[in-house]
Formats: sequence, C-alpha cells, structure tokens
Amino acid sequence: MNLFKWARTKSPWIIHFNTGGCNGCDIELTAALTPRFDLERFGILLEGSPRHADVLVVTGPVTLQVKDRLVRIYEQMPEPKHVIATGTCAISGAPFKECYNVHGGIDIVLPVDAYVPGCPPKPEAIIDGISKLIQKIKKE
Amino acid sequence: MSYGSIIKVPFGPQHPALKEPGNFLFEVDGEIVVDVKPRIGYNHRGVEKAFELRTYIQNIYLAERICGICSDAHTTCYTQAIEELLGVEAPPRARYIRVIIAELERIHSHALWVGIAAHEIGFDTLFMYVWRDRETVLDMFEMISGNRIHYAMNTIGGVRRDIHADMVSKIKKGLDLLEKRLKYYLNVVQTEQTILKRAVGVGILKPKDAVDLCAVGPTLRASGIKNDVRVDDPYAAYDEIAFNVITHDGCDVLSRILVRCEEMLESIKIIRYGLDSMPEGIIRVQVPMKVPQGEVVSRVEAPRGELIHYAKSNGTTKPERYKVRSPTLGNIPALCKMLLGGYVADIPIVLAGIDPCFACMDRMAFVDVKKNKEWVWTMQQLRRKYAKK
Repeated sequence: MNLFKWARTKSPWIIHFNTGGCNGCDIELTAALTPRFDLERFGILLEGSPRHADVLVVTGPVTLQVKDRLVRIYEQMPEPKHVIATGTCAISGAPFKECYNVHGGIDIVLPVDAYVPGCPPKPEAIIDGISKLIQKIKKE
Repeated sequence: MSYGSIIKVPFGPQHPALKEPGNFLFEVDGEIVVDVKPRIGYNHRGVEKAFELRTYIQNIYLAERICGICSDAHTTCYTQAIEELLGVEAPPRARYIRVIIAELERIHSHALWVGIAAHEIGFDTLFMYVWRDRETVLDMFEMISGNRIHYAMNTIGGVRRDIHADMVSKIKKGLDLLEKRLKYYLNVVQTEQTILKRAVGVGILKPKDAVDLCAVGPTLRASGIKNDVRVDDPYAAYDEIAFNVITHDGCDVLSRILVRCEEMLESIKIIRYGLDSMPEGIIRVQVPMKVPQGEVVSRVEAPRGELIHYAKSNGTTKPERYKVRSPTLGNIPALCKMLLGGYVADIPIVLAGIDPCFACMDRMAFVDVKKNKEWVWTMQQLRRKYAKK
C-alpha cells in the first residue's frame, strides 16, 4: 500500500451535498459528527470544499435543477473519488419517485460506491457505510 | 466607506454554512452587502402534484417527508385539514399526544438551530454541547415511535402510537436533564462575549418591517411582536394548556437566539403538563377512505413559524389540489431586508438566523420580476434611504 492510499484510508475527508432531500438525512449525518457518535475519531472529517474531499456523501433525490450542480461538484473533486448514497431517496428516489421534478436515485447521474438505506439512516448506519467504503478502497 | 465598484458574490448551492442547496447572489461594495437576490428551487421536487396522485393515507407519509426537521408539524397540519373535511375529531388523548410530540419536536428543532447558529459564528464548543444534549430528545422519539427523525405518529383521526406509563417516567427524567442544560445554555448565550460580539445589533429587523414583510415564527417574535398560532388559533389540545408566548424586542440575532432558548424551556413545561393531565381513552377513530367534497385551510405553529396547508377534495380517495405554505418562504423577504447594509462576514449567521429550511420551502418556481432591471446602489444612496427611517 503506498503512502497516499494509506493516508486516504486512515483519514478520508467527506463533503456533504443535499440534492433535494427532506433534511432528515442531513441532520443525521451532522449528528454522526457530534459527540454521541463522533465520526472524527475514525479520522473522517467534514470538508467544505469539493477540491479537498475524497468522498462525496449525497442525500436526497436528484432534482432537475440541482443535477448540473451535482455533476459539477463531482468533477471538481480530485481523483480518486468515491460517492456514498445516503438514504432511500438517494438510492431510488422514493417517495418522490414519480414527481415531475425528480430524476430519481443518484446512480442515474454518478457512479455510486456505497449505498446506506433507511429513511433516514441512523448515524450508526452512516458510520457503517463509510467504514465499509474504506474496506473497499483498501482492496482497490 | 464606499469602494465604488460592486462585486457579485454567489453563495451556494453547495456551501459549508448551509446543509441544504439554497443559492443567494450578493452584491457587495467593499465589506457591505448592497443587494441580495435569492434563487430558490434547488430543492423543488413537485410534492404538491405528488399529493394529487396519491391517496389520503399515502399522503400522510408524503407530508412527513416534506421536511425532516419539522416532520410532525406537516403531518399534524395535513391530518387536521383532512379531519375537518371528514367532519371527525381526534379523541382527547390523541390531541394531547399530538401536543407532546409537537413540543418535543420544537425542542429538537430549536436545539439543532442553536447548535448551527453557534457553528456559524465559529463557536464550535457550544455546537457540540447542544447537539450532545439534543440526543436526549431523539432517544425519546426512538422510544415512543421507533424512529429518530420521521416518527409517523399522526394519522387521520388520531395518532398511531400511545405513550404508556413507563415511557412517561423516562420522558420526565430526560426533561429534567434537558431543563438543567438549557438553563445553562441560556446563561451562556447571555454572558459569553464570543456570542455577544457577533450577535448584538446584527441582522436588524424592525417591528414595522417584520409585519410589512410577513415574517413568521421566532423571527417575528424576536422583533417584539406577539404572534403564535398556538394561542391565536388553538389546535390539538393547546386551548387547554396555559403557556407564555416568548418575545424579545432586540430585533437582532441575539434576540432570535434568546427567543428560541426560552421557547424550549416553555416547551418543557407544556410537555410536563401534557404528560400529567393526559386523559385516558382511545387514541384514534376509524375514518372512511373517501373524503367528501370541500376545501379547507389548516394552520399549525411549526418550530420555524406559521405553517399553512390548503386542501381541496372532490369526493374521491385522492385530493384534487393541495398547497403548502411553509414558514421559511414567509421569512425570505424579511431575510433579504436583514442582510442589506450588513457585513459580508455576518451573512452566514444572519442567514441561519431565520432557521431556513429549503426542503420545506421549495415547492414553487421563483419568478424574478426584476430580471430585466439591473440596479445597484452606492453606499451613499443606501445610507440616504435608511437614514430616513
């Protein structure tokens, strides 16, 4: 394992983007960063700029207006990059699946590495999803 | 001082200060904001149309997912509207359970907001402290309903789950802890210089402007105006419960923090009273699938302010038209007013000051009537305009 990969698996920096969800997953992701769950003890840090991030955590179904922004944020991230779809909306678009302004799940637009189901997923589930992604990166 | 040149600063849709996609275009002259153009709609999903395609029972769960933070306010508003159309009334015990859940939600939402506000001014210690104590409320929700965020408590004709005696003692124990911590935070926000330096006199919204621009909820109450749907137009069991409407007349961000902190303490009193005086009996009544023809407006005091739902039925199992007016939309014109003339560095805290919830708000296309009209103000013009007031 080279140095870069070692650093990446020990401390992945995440960026969070809501593509039109109800906010439930967002507050659970934030709760995962606060003292009860404390995602930072695994070296995982929430980062503000896409240019510094390794992992894009997406919540919510992709709306028509936000789609271009989502792609732009993904393109701004440096390689290698990974995407986690958090919550049922980000996975399949439900319950907004047939809404006229919704594309559906994130995987219609971006390649997704890990799916975290739940409406909304508990912080424990989000931590589990990220740790499974780290295992996946190690094997690459 | 004026630098003579206006610079446009886009803010969002992906921004560390906002958890949700909202976009604002600021025009700044030096450090001063001279114009604000909100561009909303990134979160527009078409929920109102989706309401028309689903049955009344399915719509309860859709209403819940309009917003994850004030999910109970939306279902309360929805079920109240449909109950009025059906001509049924929720049993007394159900009405008390609705109040208890609504007030627990208010504590969770306001605590979340106090944390975010502290984060925006760079006071992360308070953010972490408040969010740690907020978990107490989420544990209560998990115990009562099985879920932390979407509780699915309301149904047409009552509530789906009861609050048993063993839960009551656990909730009371949690409330004692919360009360102790909240009093501590109230003291912190009033005395800590880190907060006072950033919050006093920032984002001024005068009472007249607040009324003119139709601000709602804690934003309006922080301008000294007593307005609360729970008192003005009581729903659920609020007509049987005595409580104070908290107002502060500082008109700035500090008042907004204080209003929310004191409202949380008031909510604890309401929950204690509700738990003690909850009548025995059934928690829901059976209702028919088809809803008779008619139209209705329902109002609820959500954590962010007055929430309005409108429903029109045509005698089938699906609504003909459904409309939601969320509190954040009511607060956007007031927000633009607060930002004008302020410093660029204060944008995040003023923006967070109204507790924006774009998931609630974005259900209509925003038409910019000034689209063809470009206008900029110099600082002198701005000062002249506001010096008159």
